[in-house]
Amino acid sequence: MNRLTGRNLTIAYGNKVIIENLDIEIPDKKITSIIGPNGCGKSTLLKALCRLLPLKKGKIALDGTDINKSASKEIAKKIAILPQSPDVADGLTVGELVSYGRYPYQKGFGRLAPEDIEVVDWALQVTGITAFKHRVINDLSGGQKQRVWIAMALAQKTDIIFLDEPTTFLDIAHQLEILELVKELNQKQHTTIVMVLHDINQAIRFSDYMITMKGGEVITQGNLPEVLSSQLLAEVFHIDAELMKDKLTGKPMIANYQLVNRKYSKVEIK
Amino acid sequence: MNLKNKNPIHFTIIFIIACIMLIVTFWISIVCGSADIDTSTILNAIFNYDPKDMNHNIIIDVRIPRDIGALLVGVALAVSGAGIQSVTRNSLADPSLIGLNSGAALMLALTYAVSPVISFPILILTGFIGAMAGGTMVLMIGRSRKDGFNPVRLILAGAAVSALLSAASQAIALYFRLNQSLIFWSSGGVSGTTWQQLYIGIPVVAIVVIIFILLSGQLSILNLGESVAKGLGQNVKIIRAGTMLLSMLLAGISVAIVGQIAFVGLMVPHISRFLVGTDYKKVIPLTAVLGGCLVVGADTVARMMGEAPVSAIISFIGVPYFLYLIKKGGRTI
Repeated sequence: MNRLTGRNLTIAYGNKVIIENLDIEIPDKKITSIIGPNGCGKSTLLKALCRLLPLKKGKIALDGTDINKSASKEIAKKIAILPQSPDVADGLTVGELVSYGRYPYQKGFGRLAPEDIEVVDWALQVTGITAFKHRVINDLSGGQKQRVWIAMALAQKTDIIFLDEPTTFLDIAHQLEILELVKELNQKQHTTIVMVLHDINQAIRFSDYMITMKGGEVITQGNLPEVLSSQLLAEVFHIDAELMKDKLTGKPMIANYQLVNRKYSKVEIK
Repeated sequence: MNLKNKNPIHFTIIFIIACIMLIVTFWISIVCGSADIDTSTILNAIFNYDPKDMNHNIIIDVRIPRDIGALLVGVALAVSGAGIQSVTRNSLADPSLIGLNSGAALMLALTYAVSPVISFPILILTGFIGAMAGGTMVLMIGRSRKDGFNPVRLILAGAAVSALLSAASQAIALYFRLNQSLIFWSSGGVSGTTWQQLYIGIPVVAIVVIIFILLSGQLSILNLGESVAKGLGQNVKIIRAGTMLLSMLLAGISVAIVGQIAFVGLMVPHISRFLVGTDYKKVIPLTAVLGGCLVVGADTVARMMGEAPVSAIISFIGVPYFLYLIKKGGRTI
């Protein structure tokens, strides 16, 4: 049985119900991507799974215990989160931000213990930003900033990391860099990764497991590439796409896509 | 000075310079005054106090309490501002701009209306309650579900509520004929500080500031935004509420000692962050020292200008600074 499971989840913002009676299971030590059109509830589900959003109904269990009833600091030792485009407080250095990842382990008004400093240095090294330790984060590029946030999540030393659209606002090279890093973490540290992605091809290329959502419901969940089909893409994204073989990775990729209902694509321009 | 590359030594140096500045400012403030008193007399007054010597009396009963009062208020307002800014994540927040000072002043006016002779601990308490009331009103109006504390909405709400509360204070003053004593509360000055006030004010401010320093790690986490803070396992609600209450207590004490002084809590944390970054473990101690420095310095200038209100001197620097921050966009920190 997998460590992180959600049963009968109902999630709402105020009175607006986004997700109703949803069951979900996150496979251990794999990379799971959640994909779906805008507003399908994928970010909402991600936030609920890492206890950032309260549940209206249902239960999310990690190792059998309800995460919303456990001490938040204890959960933070097991689950790390990289929110969607987190804003950086002006003037923080890379080293300072990454060291905040040790917060769940500090007691009282704690200073960093030698082992905390060791973990921080390790996180900086794994993400390749050791040289920036004393630099102010604002001065870094988008890709570097994202590495700093990932390093902070790593400093939490968790078995599970959630990433909400980690590649948004990055150019294609930096997107690949971040996803390669995530893949490496999964392979070397056996970290369970759950991420929301927009790019279907990137999701296919970098994940083992895919959850597809639409209108607050999970349409399919399963291992890649079996879970993927042209019918699924048509149903979820309203696109008519061909599944081809990516020469580089040997995995499927979508190509030659257009809207199923061409009505939307032909905007009349006068 | 390389502000871009901040290693730990950088903070130590800046902090030591700030402490030296504070000591020098404090000393100048004791020396300067309408009565011309030389250094040896001052040292004698402190170490060999002679109750019959008039100069000794001026030093011990007037100047030193006044300077300590200024120091205390500076520390309290600056740290209060840093606390409010981290809770609201708004670099334009200040105890006076979010209604704490006017709320405290109104409560004090009410208290004076009931009885003109009130002990200082009661004044601190009423100031605190008033600050809570004023601050809560502004925060309720300035907060929205969608984007938390929008900087500009918060300041607008603060300005409107402050104007209302100040008008109420004046109405009470007129109705109960309190004018004389209330001018003092609204214009702000430390000239009347007594040792009795300080015996209570010093330990309260000291304890609250120490709690703030102990809490500073939590403030740094809070400052990363709600999602990140929650993700790291922080109980965001408790830390926010606690910080806000402590900030209100500091603002309440300041108003009880000097009346309303604006902009200290806005400027000082801002300067501190500019100098040492946003790690509150560094920002809080530096803010305390620089806050003391600013108000003691401003009070000295006010005295040399023939007892100008210290709040006016500070506003003279604070308003342009505030406008500059607005021009810069008043973005969240």
